Amino acid sequence: MKTHDIEFKLNGEKIKASVKPNRSLLDFLRNEMGIKSPKVGCDRGDCGACTVLMNGKTVRSCLVLAVEADGCEIVTTEGANKNKLTQKLQKKFHEKNAFQCGFCAPGVILSATELLTENPKAGREEIKEAISGNLCRCTGYEPIVDAIEKTAKK
Amino acid sequence: MPITAEFEYEKVKTWRDALALKSAKGSAAKILAGGTDLIVLLRENHSSAQMLIDLKGLPGISGISFKNGVLTIGANVTFSDLIKSQTVKKYFPALWEASQTVASVGVRNRATVAGNICSAVPCADSAGPLLVYDAEINLLSENESRKVPIEKWFTGPKKTAMEPKEILHSIELKYPSSKTACAYLKLSRYEGEDLAQASFTVTLDCDKNYKIAFGSLAPTPRRAYKTEKFLKGKKINEETLNEACKILETEISPISDLRSSKEYRIHMAKVMLKRALEKAVSRYYKGIPHYGEGMIE
Repeated sequence: MKTHDIEFKLNGEKIKASVKPNRSLLDFLRNEMGIKSPKVGCDRGDCGACTVLMNGKTVRSCLVLAVEADGCEIVTTEGANKNKLTQKLQKKFHEKNAFQCGFCAPGVILSATELLTENPKAGREEIKEAISGNLCRCTGYEPIVDAIEKTAKK
Repeated sequence: MPITAEFEYEKVKTWRDALALKSAKGSAAKILAGGTDLIVLLRENHSSAQMLIDLKGLPGISGISFKNGVLTIGANVTFSDLIKSQTVKKYFPALWEASQTVASVGVRNRATVAGNICSAVPCADSAGPLLVYDAEINLLSENESRKVPIEKWFTGPKKTAMEPKEILHSIELKYPSSKTACAYLKLSRYEGEDLAQASFTVTLDCDKNYKIAFGSLAPTPRRAYKTEKFLKGKKINEETLNEACKILETEISPISDLRSSKEYRIHMAKVMLKRALEKAVSRYYKGIPHYGEGMIE
């Protein structure tokens, strides 16, 4: 397999790397970049634990090849200090005790970041739809929806 | 889990390169657009791809255009793009409605409509709307371009009429010429993301022409032509619905799988046909001037 030179922005920082085509973005972020907030869950796009923002949109990093990130902007919760909305969400999650084991939290927070960026006044039903692809096995979702609802503008 | 399959990756910049490469490699090269199906297959070693041809750098296929009553959806258009399109919402509401039921936001941001019909699973969400809107699929190869009507597209489970040397360029849909109402219904095990246990797309127009497509109830998504023929010109009431259900039962051939049993599918198909027709009828007579978003609650 030929390696490919890629260049992309990761949490605001320019990254240059060489990758094999069969490396997933998730694997590359965790094992090459040391970015551990995207989690390895189902590895088939169902659970949302590996969610990252790619050019501002949530994607399943397990279903994106690292080589496809060339020229893109990738944001994970490690880059939250650069986004006020993400920070606010984290605070509200903390206040509402919206995660227990925390495995799903980075993905949920990024899904909520995308939702509230596009629709700052999202209501409860819209929130539920937006996070329907992020599975949480601890909370029963209510505190998560509460936290996002509290962050949304009235 | 790392991907153990080995393959080359080529992000093509021109159609000439893309088609030459596809022609040379044939079925050993797979087309990568959203990758939400393909990467899963590669990871689980269900694909023998030796090369991936990434279409995301190609010009002219990332947008939705609407000219002279024809909607053109490029091969790189995602389900999120469709949902955000006011044109799709206004003029092709069944497609808009179905797009919202595809997996979840993070998948819809990558998954393309073209990929959905190229994967050609019996439960493909976009298939029903494309069938009732009589879509045509534009295919390119090195020496020719051809159109395949959606009717002839699905040739078996995960099989399509596309040749190994061809690449799907775009999908075209014609705006119905008279006032039309539609409904899309999807049955799944729970709300939120799931594949369809069964799905129905129906449209009706002012002459009581009905178009009915179903998913997950046969080896491919299909139109229920016999049921359509029976209903033509008839009013929807208990009597006609009951008769339509009897005919529908002869047109479907569901299987049992992990999502539901064959018996449950047969039962629910009849319930869903009734609900979908009643919904389309109620949308039709809501007094909306021309069909469109006003008909979706």
